[in-house]
Amino acid sequence: MNLASKDIRHNLGRFALTTFGIGMLLMVVMGMGGIYRGIEEDATLLVDRIDADLWVVQRNTKGPFAEVSRVPRNLVDRVLAVPGVGTSREFVYHTIQRERGGKLLRIAVLGLSWPTDKGEWSPLIAGRTLAKNHFEMIVDESLGIHLGETIKLGKDTYTAVGMTRGMLSLNGDGLALFTTSDALAIQFDTPGEAVRLERAAREARGERSELAVQQPTLLEQALKPSADLPAIAPPQLSAVMVGVAAGADASRVADTINGWGDVSVYTRHGQRELLIKGLVDKVRRQIGLFRILLTIIAGIIMALILYTLTLDKIHSIALLKLIGAPNAVIMGLIMQQALVLGVLGFGIAYLIGQKVFPMFPRRVILTPDDLMQLAAVVLIISVASSLLGIWKAMRVSPNEALS
Amino acid sequence: MSSPKTQNPFAIETQELTKVYGSGNTEVIAMRDASMQVRRGEVVALLGPSGSGKSTFLTAVGLINPPTSGRVFIGGQLTFEGPRARTNLRTYRRQHIGFVFQKSNLIPFLTAIENVQIALELNGQTSAAARRRALELLDYLGVADRADNRPSMLSGGQQQRVAVARALANQPSVVLADEPTAALDSHRGRQVMELFAQVAHEQSAGVIVVTHDQRALDIFDTIYEMEDGLMRKRQPQTK
Repeated sequence: MNLASKDIRHNLGRFALTTFGIGMLLMVVMGMGGIYRGIEEDATLLVDRIDADLWVVQRNTKGPFAEVSRVPRNLVDRVLAVPGVGTSREFVYHTIQRERGGKLLRIAVLGLSWPTDKGEWSPLIAGRTLAKNHFEMIVDESLGIHLGETIKLGKDTYTAVGMTRGMLSLNGDGLALFTTSDALAIQFDTPGEAVRLERAAREARGERSELAVQQPTLLEQALKPSADLPAIAPPQLSAVMVGVAAGADASRVADTINGWGDVSVYTRHGQRELLIKGLVDKVRRQIGLFRILLTIIAGIIMALILYTLTLDKIHSIALLKLIGAPNAVIMGLIMQQALVLGVLGFGIAYLIGQKVFPMFPRRVILTPDDLMQLAAVVLIISVASSLLGIWKAMRVSPNEALS
Repeated sequence: MSSPKTQNPFAIETQELTKVYGSGNTEVIAMRDASMQVRRGEVVALLGPSGSGKSTFLTAVGLINPPTSGRVFIGGQLTFEGPRARTNLRTYRRQHIGFVFQKSNLIPFLTAIENVQIALELNGQTSAAARRRALELLDYLGVADRADNRPSMLSGGQQQRVAVARALANQPSVVLADEPTAALDSHRGRQVMELFAQVAHEQSAGVIVVTHDQRALDIFDTIYEMEDGLMRKRQPQTK
């Protein structure tokens, strides 16, 4: 006869409510782990998905994800000239915030070196890759932009031609893939008046310059958009992505480029480490501490509940001892209830979590490893929390059945 | 473990049991040199006012509360020598002693049949065999129709009969009852007393019943009285 199940059935309402409470607490613990995994996944998503062996960024920066990096566009050609480099692509990445339909819309803009890169690597769930150099975009479904829908960014209007799922930035903003030129146009969009004022200033400076007097064509150049003036244009790319040629030694290529005074080079693994150790580490520690605290609290609550349940059964336990029940039977009664409480609580946490977590603003990713780890922890705290009740039960004298 | 039923004529034997609670100024002698012999098949009544030491004696014989001095034998097996246990008390209780108390003392989360069944299962019977035997006992005691009710659904008398069924479940060599009829009307009370006598004779068990009920004393083979911790034997009334 299983005494634990008989007692649970007798106090079903109270036990169910207690289990639900423990389940909700465990759901928070589970959710916090899932939030960390989501942040980690979001942080490393681009590095993992984009097929780049090396990342060339602004010297002494940890860019382009961990901090701002600016490199000139001609770096793509310089890198391509290095022996062992198979492909060299522009990388433009920035976040914009607009208002759309009265709601805030944050877009992580990613520029692709079209036509080399049309976004084939992106996890498309609908539509197609970029077929034109301008005015097309592939959007993540989390942005709420439908396929075929248009959106005005800067001076131009872009059409959503493809849709992805789970493509998020480090901050959890949905990614939109553009061609590099469109991404730059969105990033460096300036009002017409500002452009006119800058040109006028440039012309005025030129007219005062001896060089402009000697070379009048220089003044003509000054009237062009700054992006067309390599000598005075600000660096526009976030980084250059390098694909090492088959058979080439990636570390030698990296050493060569690292020898240049204006850039730094990171491998894919190095870039990943920068993201995890630099950006995610504090979040990991913060969430980890919260999880530990919540787990301890869950353990304490379980221990108190089991202790109270044991106190309620003191007379029955004394009676069991009186009629000769071995300690193992009484310990089994309490420990089985603790395990049922833990296992059902974990199940409730998982089931409710499956419904609730998708509603969270950030991704909550439950990995099998994390679930197994939490299940093991729940098992341990279930056993540990039953010890207080068992200790109390062991101290009960059969005499108490007579009182 | 040896069977106490076949080796010794006495189901219960106590030798000069003394129980002292507290020490120094707070010392209370609850029981002094209490000696008793109960043969197999014998039904003994233990009478006495409240606080006379009856329950102390019963708990010592029931291997619950050790005496300060003296010896307790159950079926010839030395179980207490002074405060020291000479056997595994819990196992011995389970195998050889049945208890019935003033309050029915049933486990509230088990049904009537399960309350009997648990005593049998703890003694190694399979669940099916224990259930069959439990139902037989409940039927014998006239509460088979309430087998699946929890104690809270039973009347005081029904609860007491279930408690008796549990006490008899393992066919104990010793049955100890502490005012078992207190919650019953006189008719039911007498029935329970007669049941103890029947069990004692049929199962060759030694039965001690602590009671205040003077009307049923004719059922008992031997009567002991206790007062201020002292025990003395009284001859039974004519049956």
